[in-house]
Amino acid sequence: MAKVLVVTSGKGGVGKTTSTAALGAALAQMGEKVVVVDFDVGLRNLDLVMGAERRVVFDLINVVQGVAKLSQALIRDKRLENLWLLPASQTRDKDALTDEGVGSIIADLRTKFDWILCDSPAGIERGATLAMRYADEAVVVTNPEVSSVRDSDRIIGMLDSKTVKAEKGERVEKHVLITRYDSGRASRGEMLSIDDILEILATPLLGIIPESQDVLLASNVGSPVTLNNAASAPARAYVDAARRLMGETVDMVVPVERKSLMNRLLGRRAA
Amino acid sequence: MHGTREATRQLVRMRGRSYVAFVFAPVVPIHGWLEEIDAMLARSPGFFVGKPVVLDLSAVELSQSAIAHLVASLEQRNIRVLGIEGVDAAHLTTSMPPLLTGGRPTVLIQNEPKKPEAKPKPTSLLLESPVRSGQSIVFTEGDVTVLGSVGSGAEIVAGGSIHIYGALRGRAMAGVNGNSAARIFCQKIEAELLAIDGYYQTAEDIDANLRNRPAQAWLEGDIMKITPLN
Repeated sequence: MAKVLVVTSGKGGVGKTTSTAALGAALAQMGEKVVVVDFDVGLRNLDLVMGAERRVVFDLINVVQGVAKLSQALIRDKRLENLWLLPASQTRDKDALTDEGVGSIIADLRTKFDWILCDSPAGIERGATLAMRYADEAVVVTNPEVSSVRDSDRIIGMLDSKTVKAEKGERVEKHVLITRYDSGRASRGEMLSIDDILEILATPLLGIIPESQDVLLASNVGSPVTLNNAASAPARAYVDAARRLMGETVDMVVPVERKSLMNRLLGRRAA
Repeated sequence: MHGTREATRQLVRMRGRSYVAFVFAPVVPIHGWLEEIDAMLARSPGFFVGKPVVLDLSAVELSQSAIAHLVASLEQRNIRVLGIEGVDAAHLTTSMPPLLTGGRPTVLIQNEPKKPEAKPKPTSLLLESPVRSGQSIVFTEGDVTVLGSVGSGAEIVAGGSIHIYGALRGRAMAGVNGNSAARIFCQKIEAELLAIDGYYQTAEDIDANLRNRPAQAWLEGDIMKITPLN
């Protein structure tokens, strides 16, 4: 049965797009048929992170308005044959999205895919509410700092009230994904601890993604971090998170960077 | 041996019972008043069928024949007069309904289909899930109880007291209808603002020693007191 999963946060810049691409690629590597849908109309980025920006012909808005067929707008990933992208329009804005249009596209995608990952724009306006509107599950991306946690709290409240499932009296299954986590800084009290975040949000934890250079490196070359360097700490954390989404029980560990012997030897070199 | 059995004596039992009757008080001209009755019957035919009706003639001076005519006119309209009051006994004949005295005004019980009785409004509100940032719960009818936490940027407004079985990180406003006896209770106080009956304290005013502890807030005169619960 197809699952619609929205990746959302309220706050911008916390890693929604990175997480959508990484989780989508990880699920696809596990054999699932996955589509990642960019809802950030006007400020699209998912195509860049997926490395498909030069192959976009039609987009979500074209399909909503009936200009193009869904099959024309879907872009197949070059690395994984069961990973697809439905890009957003860069020339339009969120007002071009309609509730009915999004509803019919999601219904259509449900018949073709196992997972539909919706990359939500930041904010709580039309784009974000329509991205979460038809979701069965939600990944709430949170950074270990107070403003991000409060915005996530707000988004969780909206998931419980503004989605189709909530209006039917059902529950959207929600997960917290903590990104940009630096265990060193957290232990020194410079960041909110995992326990503090979970206590405030009262929502189960899906995974902890460590702060890492690999994330920026991967998006600059247009590759989901899970594909670019599968051995990196964030990639392993995303794969664990994807396995938990699949219902597996995986021990919650904070992956750390594996430093090579040379790095360790040379790490202390005086300037 | 007795040829016939002695007839058992039948006791006559008298019981009192009161009934509620419609009282008609005709006014002059009687003709116009009857037209009013006709108009009423046109609106709801059969309204008086089977219901006791008493004529109160105290407002009008009617001769014996006029009374007889009035009673007959009502009977034509299927309204049977049970008794007459407010008139001298000499004006009534034996064929007329009897004179009644000692009537007391009462509320008429209409047996029209009763509207389903409105349930008394609940005087408390129970929230089983956390109140998230940006949510505003307004319940002016009474107490609000929250089983989870109240997030930073969330708001609870209650006519009565507020009970929070979690952390209070948002705003709590109790006794908004002028109930100065209302209180605020929480398991962990990290509130942004507390208010009772319009008197408020912001996070800055709350004693730092109280932070993160179970606490209650109440009004003593016009001073808000906040004390730990244990």
